[in-house]
Amino acid sequence: MTQTRRQFVGTGLAVAAAFFGLPHIANAAQLEEAIAAFTGGADMAGDGITLIAPEIAENGNTVPIEVDAPGAEAIMLLAAGNPQADVCTFNFGPAAGSRLASTRIRLAGEQEVVAIARMPDGSFKQARQNVRVTIGGCGG
Amino acid sequence: MAENVVPRVRVPRDASAGEAVSVRTLISHPMESGQRRGSDGNTIPRSIINRFTCEFNGELVIDVTIEPAVSTNPYFQFDATVNETGTFAFTWYDDDGSVYTESADITVA
Repeated sequence: MTQTRRQFVGTGLAVAAAFFGLPHIANAAQLEEAIAAFTGGADMAGDGITLIAPEIAENGNTVPIEVDAPGAEAIMLLAAGNPQADVCTFNFGPAAGSRLASTRIRLAGEQEVVAIARMPDGSFKQARQNVRVTIGGCGG
Repeated sequence: MAENVVPRVRVPRDASAGEAVSVRTLISHPMESGQRRGSDGNTIPRSIINRFTCEFNGELVIDVTIEPAVSTNPYFQFDATVNETGTFAFTWYDDDGSVYTESADITVA
């Protein structure tokens, strides 16, 4: 079988990606799994949820994150590029004054932070933001 | 095993009825993620706070499920609606089975 140069380079890149990027590839599947476990595969709207995260975080050990989804009953935070995608889930009770919560999280490196809100009517909303991290927070 | 775990909460001293007050909580805890390796090259076992709840007069304000990606000394800020004078009860659940509690009073005019 003959192979074009383009195919050869492509295979080489795929092998390199599999070799160096394995945790990330494994994690993409894990992210989808975590999202599916929360939403049951439902469609997600992009509005009605605000995720506030720094564009550049100097220290990946403590990255301030704020999420606000008016009317939501639960909000899940995910970090796509961490060894484990789940970060935390906020479940709001009847005495909650708003659907806003903020916390500080760890990020292993530059990656996308995902927030998904579950509304009382069973619909879902999501927001994503990319965060660049100067010093990773997983102490590899 | 986590040592010197100290919960700290900040709630306004008084509020008007029906007001949404901002609640800030922090607990000193190493939140060992289970990803790090010690000087002997072995993985340090996971030891985190896995759940945090806040109730006001027995009514749930927020219940947070926590994974290792939450930073050392987990900090949470959220809002609570207060309709009457009462007490906030905060509870943190550790992986090792320990439960840490803290409370704060608020006077509603």
